[in-house]
Amino acid sequence: MRRTPLYERHTAAGARMVPFAGWQMPLHYGSQLDEHHAVRERAGLFDVSHMRVADFAPTLAPALRTLFAFDIARLTPGQAQYGCLLNERGGIVDDLILYHRGEAGFRVVSNAGTRERVAERYAALLPASGWSLRDDVAILALQGPAAAGIMAGLLGREVDRWRPFTGQSQPGEGEPWWLGRTGYTGEDGFEIILPATEAGGLWQRAVAAGAVPAGLGARDTLRLEAGLNLYGADMDEATLPAQVRLGWTVDLDDPARDFVGRQALETVTPITHQCGLVLQAPGVMRAGQHVRFADGAEGRITSGGWSPVLSQSIALAQVPDAADGACEVSVRGRWLPALKVRPPFVRRAPRAPAPMSA
Amino acid sequence: MSEMPASLRYARTHEWARQDEDGAVTVGITDHAQEALGDVVFVELPTVGAQVAAADPCATVESVKAASDIYAPLAGEVVEVNEALGDAPERLNESPYGEGWIFRLQPNDTAELERLLDAEGYRASLAD
Repeated sequence: MRRTPLYERHTAAGARMVPFAGWQMPLHYGSQLDEHHAVRERAGLFDVSHMRVADFAPTLAPALRTLFAFDIARLTPGQAQYGCLLNERGGIVDDLILYHRGEAGFRVVSNAGTRERVAERYAALLPASGWSLRDDVAILALQGPAAAGIMAGLLGREVDRWRPFTGQSQPGEGEPWWLGRTGYTGEDGFEIILPATEAGGLWQRAVAAGAVPAGLGARDTLRLEAGLNLYGADMDEATLPAQVRLGWTVDLDDPARDFVGRQALETVTPITHQCGLVLQAPGVMRAGQHVRFADGAEGRITSGGWSPVLSQSIALAQVPDAADGACEVSVRGRWLPALKVRPPFVRRAPRAPAPMSA
Repeated sequence: MSEMPASLRYARTHEWARQDEDGAVTVGITDHAQEALGDVVFVELPTVGAQVAAADPCATVESVKAASDIYAPLAGEVVEVNEALGDAPERLNESPYGEGWIFRLQPNDTAELERLLDAEGYRASLAD
């Protein structure tokens, strides 16, 4: 079981450590609900050093244009792009964030659960040199409405004009830090990639500045409220981007750009799609539970849980395109009414999601 | 280390039971159980008047993490449920042996209580 550079900080803070994708990670530091609310109302601090970081030289740009389903040629230095690495069948190998770092090249952050699979794809599809896997860095995510203020204090400079989905470098003790105004919570925030040896110091300073340590438990309920997919739950290699509301990340504009999976996407039409569900009765929806509609269509929940902000159970489900009419979910042996909605469930400030018309 | 009051009896499935002065038995989940479950967000209570057998699943605790069945530690009739958990399920975390009690049973046979574990026995069962 692998440990991140912040392992000692977590145990010292009383974290409940759990195995996750081969890593020992903090589930929570006492109360997952408190950590969730801290991120929605103030600022939370996550250790996400288990994620896969890879760097690519600028010379690999042509190869990256055919590797990913989005087109890196559209990006200017500093921009970040969320999107997918597909297989030849158009299925999602992983979802990831790519940063254009100017002359430093490109940096990609992908999931922990797919570390080996993604590295395998890089090795199979890219030239032998010009890229590297970065197992010597740590990643901290500072998220929440107070994140910008804390960040400005930590960096000693203003961050007001720093736009969402852009990144900047910051001098460190050795290799510069890379900071993205990105995240996985639906809140404003930053993801900081820095040398493993400097992670403990930054963690300590961020906590001293008011950031609340938050574990994987809160990370999951926050991303679910924000309607963000979880790889391995909501999608896998048999899932096409359009089936999980990620069609917008696929760029088909340049007909000459023959990226991996393109031919499949242009010939296969999915017959299921993703919707959000809000339970209309007491109880909690969980992944794997069945969904049925008045017209007889049946689907399945891919992620479900409790929304601390709405105080209701919410879920993402994969349902047939034809699904129509009143919806019910089988929760522990009983069919309970649910409302079909368009995610996100919570957008920055708490508000009820709009009913899905289609 | 989680608390285990010596005055209570325990089931291996992490419920506690306490006989009250009126003869009924109050049932809840242990401090160890609430800690393992994480924040409780919903409790499905049994129905007052229901007859339950020992080890019957008769309530459900849903936490942020998962759903868990709560088993009757002994046979009897459900005579009262903790309605306050409807609005405040967090009481299970905050006070598992007090305000976080789940239901009360009128036992068919009080002697069954003696077959449950004492605090030491429960502590030992956690080490298995």
